[in-house]
Amino acid sequence: MFEIGLSHYLSVAGILFAIGIFGIFINRKNVIVIMMSIELMLLAVNINLVAFSTHLNDLVGQVFAIFVLTVAAAEAAVGLAILVVYFRNRGSIAVEDINMMKG
Amino acid sequence: MIQALAFYMFAFMTIASAILVISSRNPVHSVLFLILAFFNAAGLFVLLGAEFLAMILVVVYVGAVAVLFMFVVMMLDINFVEMRQGFLQYLPIGGLVGLILASELLTLAGSWIISPDASRVGAAPIPDGVTNTHALGQVLYTDYLYLFEAAGMILLVAMIGAIVLTHRRRTGVRKQVIADQLARHPADTIELRKVDSGRGI
Repeated sequence: MFEIGLSHYLSVAGILFAIGIFGIFINRKNVIVIMMSIELMLLAVNINLVAFSTHLNDLVGQVFAIFVLTVAAAEAAVGLAILVVYFRNRGSIAVEDINMMKG
Repeated sequence: MIQALAFYMFAFMTIASAILVISSRNPVHSVLFLILAFFNAAGLFVLLGAEFLAMILVVVYVGAVAVLFMFVVMMLDINFVEMRQGFLQYLPIGGLVGLILASELLTLAGSWIISPDASRVGAAPIPDGVTNTHALGQVLYTDYLYLFEAAGMILLVAMIGAIVLTHRRRTGVRKQVIADQLARHPADTIELRKVDSGRGI
């Protein structure tokens, strides 16, 4: 109980990832909250990487976590830019309206 | 003991604020709870001995990404009450999928057994006697230099992409165009006329 090991951190990351999935399901209309859920899932992945890195005494996990962080930041920037452009064109951000490209 | 208490505090706060992120009615509150979740995850990273990543998490996520979210939430005029419709409709299936996923991941985390040899075959063992930042820099700028450059390239592309997407050329705005000013020639704009005395032009 008082000995914090690898499995404790993996449990936290697993619960966080499941919360992210759950958030995507229940906030089907709100793209902003969906993107926040994706950020939560990436955070869970980062916790996993760092926990394994520490417990296996290998620094590469932390290097990879930096790259995950980079990609997450880029994804947030481009996603929010697309959202702003979409809102400017359509006046709403409802996800189910985004079927213009069905052909 | 203290470490265990700190771990449980950070873990509980991270998970609780993550739940509030996805369930709060106001997206502004969601962003604020996201910031809280990132802060507590940074605390977990410090407990794991990854101080540099903890600081990067605070700087990048709290300082940049969360503020970006906050800007977008506040800038766009969105009817958030309408957005909440369908919340209960997707609750059962979402809860089912989430519970299954969480229980599977927890089972995996509880029954995971790592080979005792695993810590000896790592690509870059954590060196003794240097700080985490120092050790990370020694690995990042030598073995992973090309990946590091690629990460910078990704950020550059994202920056240019965001600017190109959101930039718009507005018409009807009088702005100073220095190139046009410098390209003006006196012959194009000034006309000299001989005016007879006593008569106008």
